[in-house]
Amino acid sequence: MHKLLTDSPGSGQFLLGNEAIARGAIEAGVAFVTCYPGTPSSEIPLQFFQLTRETDIYFEYSVNEKVALEVGAGAAATGLRTLVTMKHVGVNVAADPLMTLAYVGVKGGMVIVTADDPSLFSSQNEQDNRYYARLSGLPMLEPTTIQELKDLTARAFELSESLKLPVLLRTTTRLNHMRGSVTLGPMQAAITKKAFEKDPFNTVTVPAVSRRLHRVLLSRQEQALALAENWEANQIIGRGAFGLVGNGMAFNYILDAVNDLNIKDRTSLLKLTFSHPLPRDLCLQFLKQVETVLVVEELEPVLEQELKALAYDNGLDVSILGKNTGGLSRLFEYNPALVRQALARAFGLEFPDPGTIDDSDIPDLPQRPPTLCAGCPHRATYYEIKQVYGEETIYPTDIGCYTLGLLPPISMADFLICMGSSVSSACGFAQAAEQKTVAFIGDSTFFHSGVTGLVNAVHNRHNFTLVILDNGTTAMTGHQPHPGVDGRPIDWNRHRVSIEQMVKGCGVEDVHVIKPFAVKKSIETIRSTLDSPGVSVIISQEICPLFAKSAKTAKAKKPYFVDPDRCRNHRDCVRLLACPAIYLDGEQVRIDEAMCVGCALCAQVCPEKAIRPI
Amino acid sequence: MQDKRIVFVGVGGQGNLLITRLLGEAALAQGIPALVSEIHGMAQRGGVVESAVVLGNINSPIVAQGEADILVGFEPMETLRAIGKVRKNGLVVTNTAPLPPFTVSIGQGTYPDPKHILGILCEKVRQVFHFDAKARAEEAGSLQSLNMVLLGGLIGLNELPITPEAMKATLKANTRRSFLEANLKAFDLGLEQTWLKL
Repeated sequence: MHKLLTDSPGSGQFLLGNEAIARGAIEAGVAFVTCYPGTPSSEIPLQFFQLTRETDIYFEYSVNEKVALEVGAGAAATGLRTLVTMKHVGVNVAADPLMTLAYVGVKGGMVIVTADDPSLFSSQNEQDNRYYARLSGLPMLEPTTIQELKDLTARAFELSESLKLPVLLRTTTRLNHMRGSVTLGPMQAAITKKAFEKDPFNTVTVPAVSRRLHRVLLSRQEQALALAENWEANQIIGRGAFGLVGNGMAFNYILDAVNDLNIKDRTSLLKLTFSHPLPRDLCLQFLKQVETVLVVEELEPVLEQELKALAYDNGLDVSILGKNTGGLSRLFEYNPALVRQALARAFGLEFPDPGTIDDSDIPDLPQRPPTLCAGCPHRATYYEIKQVYGEETIYPTDIGCYTLGLLPPISMADFLICMGSSVSSACGFAQAAEQKTVAFIGDSTFFHSGVTGLVNAVHNRHNFTLVILDNGTTAMTGHQPHPGVDGRPIDWNRHRVSIEQMVKGCGVEDVHVIKPFAVKKSIETIRSTLDSPGVSVIISQEICPLFAKSAKTAKAKKPYFVDPDRCRNHRDCVRLLACPAIYLDGEQVRIDEAMCVGCALCAQVCPEKAIRPI
Repeated sequence: MQDKRIVFVGVGGQGNLLITRLLGEAALAQGIPALVSEIHGMAQRGGVVESAVVLGNINSPIVAQGEADILVGFEPMETLRAIGKVRKNGLVVTNTAPLPPFTVSIGQGTYPDPKHILGILCEKVRQVFHFDAKARAEEAGSLQSLNMVLLGGLIGLNELPITPEAMKATLKANTRRSFLEANLKAFDLGLEQTWLKL
């Protein structure tokens, strides 16, 4: 049995933040779960993927976040408890349905998890999705501890049903990827099927309906405000003159700083876990009992500005510090020492600096950026494309493992803004720039938002080559299936959608499928696209070796070795491929036998044929 | 108990996240409050992976620069890169077997002399425990058990409120049978490196 299905209230489990969220949903009787994976949210749906065979909970990896939210909206409108998860930038993709779903509302409780990524551990930006609560008018919960991740997720479903609105549950990477002890609660049974009750004049958003629904949303916000005021996890702790406000993970840094500085008696802490709409009365009570306030919130000054507006409206003369004024930045995540320092400065306290190690004499160390794995088929495809298209061609890229093609020696990534942007930006480059354009997109990303760009390219007669890197899985986020995968090895019985047929269906006439580890043949095929007019597509098919290993889809191949008698030290293998299994032992090139998966790319690149299977 | 902050640094694929989780589980089994922080996603593709375990009355799962009591390094150069994480009087347990990054083979920088690395490390902190964890893992019968060697080395410091027996009980409860023998042996070999040597 999956550990998250353990029915023993009161017992403890050591859970990852994302597991705690999944458990909270299970305790609330969630019946319907949709998502598009993305760090740091991916392990929430992973739990449901794993336990889907043991329960009646419906789970799907949707093709993108907009689709995930709309699928979920159908279930919630039917009355099922629904969980939809995504990373922060995924909410941008889902923003269109989100804004109007707020008008229509929900019948079954709906919780939308937005997992933000301060410091951009694995993202293209660090936007603060608290603004989405303000933009949509939806209530937002922000857990601060591992226990609250579970408890507030469970309670969010009830909140959603009482307000008839989706609830946004916001986390940050540090919460998603922390582990701690969680006390389990009782589990409600999931209701997985209901009769949909028609109510078109409240659920079909023609202008006349939406004019009324906007009013409804505003009144529901008033109800949400009343609930936030009385939400027991929104609280003022202490009665001191130093006011501290924090949300999410930052609240923990405040607690530790207060302990370190030994100022518990002198502080008042305002903890806001139901942070939108802002509980005004509670905040006013807080502002009135303190002299100075430091707002500790990662990223944007959301609470700071709202508290300042509140103080102004009520004629309060309280000093509210935060971004810049409190020595806190809008950039990157915080840490306990940084927050302690900000506190000490804001309240004029001394904290003996424990002193850090002097690391000024440490030599410059070689960097260790993430890299394509040994045996990664993307390396072969990149090598072959560069052989034909060279360095001058513009290479718009996309989001996935293959974004690592940015780094030398591959250096084949020139433009990236979001999922799917490779194809559409290639249309712009092909039209505006003098060079040739070859765009790269992964299989899952192609389904996510590449298809629409391709239709645009064909219709508008743009002239470029699109390379679809089809490694049979969503590799970067942890090998989730997508519509194009062979589900058999992972016992995932869903219909398989052919990328090749889709591309042809979009109207592309020049379509090729290559097997990138057949180097010579692949290069010949790629060469045929050089002067092909219009849009050509190369689908490079080879399974991700990490996935193949874990799903046991292929027998392990023999590793390769460099024959020192034949090696003439051209080092093409090292210089052009930078495979992590290939290294220099003094002047001699060698292959790490334990790392090599036998893809034979280097053997085909070696001009001396010095690389052979062991 | 005294609060403890331990930082683990290694290279993607070395099994860093597994031992932070197991250490947390072992603490929980003894009723010691524990929080773990991990990094997933992009960082795992052969890049540097840092995780942390905090024990005791601490709310923040991450450890700021200069605040770790103990740094466990899976790779000597990465231990050096992360040394600023350790407090002045802190401890270091590190593997000495280098795993040079691919940037070195394509001529972007040179891998420092391992003796030089140890020399610098020893000047910076109270004590450095260094040993060839890769060789110990091979001796235990599996290169994959390198993480267990280092976990043994950490527990052997006798600085954490987790005994070798308690740690092994957690290992037994959480390891697939086919790996258990090698992992326990690796743990013991690591333990020997530091046990009663502080």
